[in-house]
Amino acid sequence: MEEKVIMAGFGGQGVMAIGKLLAYAGMIEGKHVTWMPSYGPEMRGGTANCSVVVSDEEVGSPLISKDGTAAIVMNLPSLAKFEKELVPGGKLLVNKSLINEEPTRTDLDVHYVSANELASELGNNKVANMVMLGAYLELTKIVDVESVLHAFVKVFGENKSKLVPINKKALEKGAEAVRKMQAV
Amino acid sequence: MTIVYEKSRGLTDTPLHYCPGCTHGVIHKLVAESMVELGILGDAIGVAPVGCSVLAYNYFNCDMQEAAHGRAPAVATGIKRTLPDKFVFTYQGDGDLASIGTAEVVHAAHRGEKISTIFVNNAIYGMTGGQMAPTTLIGQKTTTSPLGRTVEHSGRPIKISEMIATIDGAKFVERVSVDTPANIRKAKKAIKKAFKCQLEGKGFALVEVLSACPTNWGFTPVKALDWLRDNMIPYYPLGNFRDFEEGK
Amino acid sequence: MSKVLMKGNEAVGAAAIEAGCKFFFGYPITPSSEIPEYMSKALPEAGGVFLQAESEIAAINMVYGAAGAGARAMTASSSPGISLKQEGITYAAGAELPCVIVNMMRGGPGLGSIQPSQSDYFQSTRGGGNGDYRTLCYAPASVQEIVDYVMLAFDKADYYRNPVLICADGMIGQMMEAVEFKEPAHIDLPPKDWTTIGTAEKRKPNIINSLYLEAEVLQDHNRDIDKKYKLMEENEVLYEAYGLEDADVVLVSFGTTSRIVKTAMKQAEKKGIKTGIIRPITIWPFPYDVFKNIGNKAKGVLTVEMNLGQMIDDVKIGVSGKLPVYFNGTQGGVVPTPASILEDIEKIAGGTK
Repeated sequence: MEEKVIMAGFGGQGVMAIGKLLAYAGMIEGKHVTWMPSYGPEMRGGTANCSVVVSDEEVGSPLISKDGTAAIVMNLPSLAKFEKELVPGGKLLVNKSLINEEPTRTDLDVHYVSANELASELGNNKVANMVMLGAYLELTKIVDVESVLHAFVKVFGENKSKLVPINKKALEKGAEAVRKMQAV
Repeated sequence: MTIVYEKSRGLTDTPLHYCPGCTHGVIHKLVAESMVELGILGDAIGVAPVGCSVLAYNYFNCDMQEAAHGRAPAVATGIKRTLPDKFVFTYQGDGDLASIGTAEVVHAAHRGEKISTIFVNNAIYGMTGGQMAPTTLIGQKTTTSPLGRTVEHSGRPIKISEMIATIDGAKFVERVSVDTPANIRKAKKAIKKAFKCQLEGKGFALVEVLSACPTNWGFTPVKALDWLRDNMIPYYPLGNFRDFEEGK
Repeated sequence: MSKVLMKGNEAVGAAAIEAGCKFFFGYPITPSSEIPEYMSKALPEAGGVFLQAESEIAAINMVYGAAGAGARAMTASSSPGISLKQEGITYAAGAELPCVIVNMMRGGPGLGSIQPSQSDYFQSTRGGGNGDYRTLCYAPASVQEIVDYVMLAFDKADYYRNPVLICADGMIGQMMEAVEFKEPAHIDLPPKDWTTIGTAEKRKPNIINSLYLEAEVLQDHNRDIDKKYKLMEENEVLYEAYGLEDADVVLVSFGTTSRIVKTAMKQAEKKGIKTGIIRPITIWPFPYDVFKNIGNKAKGVLTVEMNLGQMIDDVKIGVSGKLPVYFNGTQGGVVPTPASILEDIEKIAGGTK
């Protein structure tokens, strides 16, 4: 088993953070993980992305180049940029709240999640990233939700542990959203 | 028999290699005596430059490091940050400090690095055979300014003391000369005060010493001292530019 | 100690502090700026000193001064910055000062790019500065290896009284992986009786110096330090190698690139092509001897690097003319793909390259 997922969006949407959470959760579960950010001028332009690999074996390249198994895209530029990095049948999670276009590729397993609306329903627009992560975890089951919540405190510090419940809810919202869509 | 004068124990027994009439020897003596009189010889770590005084590490009777050309203030920074309770000084010439190492000395001063710098200005590159220094005077002939230095071509000679004195972290800056016994006494006083500036934790200190280079200037030792007096001192006025004790 | 997820650049700092490094002098440059950032916070907490120097040149000379005063000191940078540090590195080698220099390589020459590269191989393994000297040079391939070899580097620097380089690249510097801080094997180190810490007027002055004006005396010094380099060649060679005996194609690769090579090797295996790998962990001294273990089936050796083939000369020395040596490279910060490496493996195995 090897998951290679790209997380991309505007700076501030928390894509780096959900990448770290996934990697940390994988590590907690004894898997091999890498987290690789975009860096340099790209980072200054207001968009952010990272690549996370979670594997049962030692990870080769931490970069994703046409071999991504999934992508979480939080804004329109990210959709255009990263849909082409996925393998045929790769999972593409689209933040429907901010993206009103469809991918150009037709060979992908596309899931639309209205992350911002769902986050707003929880009273905190900031957890849209966690909604997307929840959807992704529901689809892949790559790590347990509990591991992600455990990682949350490790990554952001004990003083952020009061935010665990709202983030847990956000993960559940995302999971529910893709379950509903699959049921249709 | 009574001993009326002896070599400072701040200097080793190694014979100096300096040319006849060169005043590096006098300046070495003043630095060595100052360390002995302040009781800091055993705590001292000196940093030698590249230039005529490159072999200073053989002459000072204290621990020494030889730095790359111009880097003595950076090396001294590394030493002082490692050993904040020890006494750290650099001994640098004008090519070393005022040309290739300007960044290092300016930033050491800027950080208020608690080191003491002896800057020997003889208006020429001695070790390499008399080339133009940043401190070479207008009209002065050197092997790389054969017709004499001009403002149009090379700009005016750099005034290090005045420049360093504009930096807040520099707490003691004075220009002295060793052309007469009276000036030598004043030079020693300034060197001791620069050392005290470090010992009292005030900040960076620099003493610029106007020095003679008879060999490369092409004069006898006595004539060289006259030339220093008549030409260097008018352009490089002696005196104090910053003094931590006077709030200057 | 349990595992933690760490960025390569942060791991450099954490490992250095774990190894007793108390002084860091540096200057920001992409993609290694997280090292000084980490040190500016962590080193004072560990009772050490972080200082942002006015230049890379000043930084390495501050390291020189601190090392001469007996401290475990380090600096870190990326390629153009490491070029500037060459002066200080050769002086430290000449004056026999232990220190650790980390290079998170980026594309060159000149200002180049900020993306990962391995194009400082020549600079790292052939000197870089002036004069006859060598630097032990570790090329970690993971964040865990960064931790392990940064810690080892401080011991080896002290053991040999010589600068030690860590040559990684922007990718390892930026990526996060799980790491564990293990107690390193104990190495008996010689006493530091040569440092300049003040004589207390109780001993003769110690002098840190690389100047020897008499040719014969310098020659003696050169030959003395060469004895250390010979010892390093004998005792410090590190590599990872497997699959050499029955390989159709042998790959040679170091650092980040070796990870991509391993992915390509797995893909080749699925296609029935047997491959082996030699991964130098020390790029100087280079593991020439392990090439003798390549079996008779091998049709060729493929060197994969993120440069124009700077390691080929060393690979050819190792191969000793017994096999053709091929090259697969990317430059400028472009990272090779497993697909392109697989393509070359197939060509060599099929006799078409």
